[in-house]
Amino acid sequence: MASASQSREPITAKPTSKLRTTAATSTVSGKETPVRFQISNLDFFYGPKQAIFGMSLNIPVNKVTAIIGPSGCGKSTFLRTLNRMNDTIRNARFSGNILLDGQDILGMDVVGLRRRVGMVFQRPNPFPKSIYDNVAYGLRINGYKGRLSDLVEHSLRRAALWDEVKDYLHKSAFALSGGQQQRLCIARALAVDPEVLLLDEPCSALDPVTTAKIEELMFQLKDSCTMAIVTHNMQQAARASDFTAFMLDGKLIEHNETSKLFTTPSDPRTEAYITGRFG
Amino acid sequence: MSGVRLMWRKSLNVLMLTLTGVAALVVVSVLFMILGYLLWNGGKSLNLGFFTQLPKPVGETGGGMANAIVGSLKLLALAALLGLPIGLMAGVYLAEFGGKTFSFVTRYTTDLLNGVPSIVIGIFAYTLAVLPVKHFSAFAGGFALGIMVIPITVRSTEEFLRAVPGNLREGAMALGASKWRTIATVVLPAAKGGIITGMLLALARVAGETAPLLFTAFNNRYWSPGWGQPTASLPVMIYTYAVAPYDDWHRQAWAAGLVLLALVLVANVGTRLALSRGGAARGV
Repeated sequence: MASASQSREPITAKPTSKLRTTAATSTVSGKETPVRFQISNLDFFYGPKQAIFGMSLNIPVNKVTAIIGPSGCGKSTFLRTLNRMNDTIRNARFSGNILLDGQDILGMDVVGLRRRVGMVFQRPNPFPKSIYDNVAYGLRINGYKGRLSDLVEHSLRRAALWDEVKDYLHKSAFALSGGQQQRLCIARALAVDPEVLLLDEPCSALDPVTTAKIEELMFQLKDSCTMAIVTHNMQQAARASDFTAFMLDGKLIEHNETSKLFTTPSDPRTEAYITGRFG
Repeated sequence: MSGVRLMWRKSLNVLMLTLTGVAALVVVSVLFMILGYLLWNGGKSLNLGFFTQLPKPVGETGGGMANAIVGSLKLLALAALLGLPIGLMAGVYLAEFGGKTFSFVTRYTTDLLNGVPSIVIGIFAYTLAVLPVKHFSAFAGGFALGIMVIPITVRSTEEFLRAVPGNLREGAMALGASKWRTIATVVLPAAKGGIITGMLLALARVAGETAPLLFTAFNNRYWSPGWGQPTASLPVMIYTYAVAPYDDWHRQAWAAGLVLLALVLVANVGTRLALSRGGAARGV
């Protein structure tokens, strides 16, 4: 179990905190860290084509794990496996174990899994509804019975969007700028209070100022949320993450604390990639 | 040399622009010619009585087609009731669920059904809905029109659902929505405007059908109570009155044509306006 001496381990007392117990710890570079996701020997196939090869990785609790690598290396596939978004793709399958808090995700109800593991996509994808209804969507489909407006406000505040939209809650989400839409999508994901937030290149369609806002937001969310972010932007990985995993051709090449991976990579391929020699 | 080529290229450009432009003009002017002709001929015999009175016997002037207007609306209501739900759901199936082979077969069959001549649909409805009960009825007419509504609705629904970006579906599913929930709460609302427009176009299209009604709803010079009796409709009235040898009936036929076209145009333009305004407010 998590050792109490972990200084950056704020398990907050939330209604759902009983779900937040961790079942495993891992040692990345010597330090013991409680683990949210434990992935071992993951092989992933699109039909006959294998996209991920024997990947094992632990995603620590309430930290940001960045997954970097060149296009087509399987980063997004990996991320989408964690909340079983790939289930919708015909002929896609995987073998190996993925444990969320010690529980096999294949044994879980997929709806329950996705409630616990939220996702933010590359392009902002607000629903053609009002700002309010976008945030309330996840609560409504999960049959939330409490006061919706409180949670909508709370989620928008967590996504640092409340002040900008509080007077326009019933306007269309399409009226927002791209960066606001992406923060709305984050608020929408946060509304169901997920333990994990998967971010699939969340800033690739945004300008640098907006990107900075999202990164700051991620930093604030670390108190209560485990995050895994796929990014093409190495500076972003270096700035915003605690751990970084480098993938190449469907294989995990290196996984370490971000500061170490970017300063003293142990694999020559990692070094070549982060110094811009390929990819 | 290059000067000649340039001249040739420029004149070819002008020629093609002219040809395509003239074709476009023809398309537009056909509608306006029909409209003008109808207004000119139909407008003269159109009065309040046309909407409120029953047809008068031959030789008496005046009278109207109130029964045919109501009859057409009843037939369209039946057609909508039968055709729209089936068309909508089959369209959802094709766009969201369909397996490969069955979808292909369904899509192909739908296109074939769309191409079946309306008179053949009429015979089909006659065999199924008229022969067993031995009399014409509004039911039979609505059945025939409903069959014609189905393929148009299926294909337009499918098209508009496919136009909904896939990342909206993913967004909903990532929040834990089931496939059906995603379709019902995100995909269908996003495609709502297009789907409704498609449905109204389908109804507008069959509103003017005459052939399938000739031996299903038949005709009626009086009010048709309920749904089980022969029923007058505007297209069949137009046909009957236009081929009759009385000038007065010809004028009535023009008026009926004008009313029918006006109904279709108003429904069409009205829907588009309402949807585009509502859409702008929602940002769709």
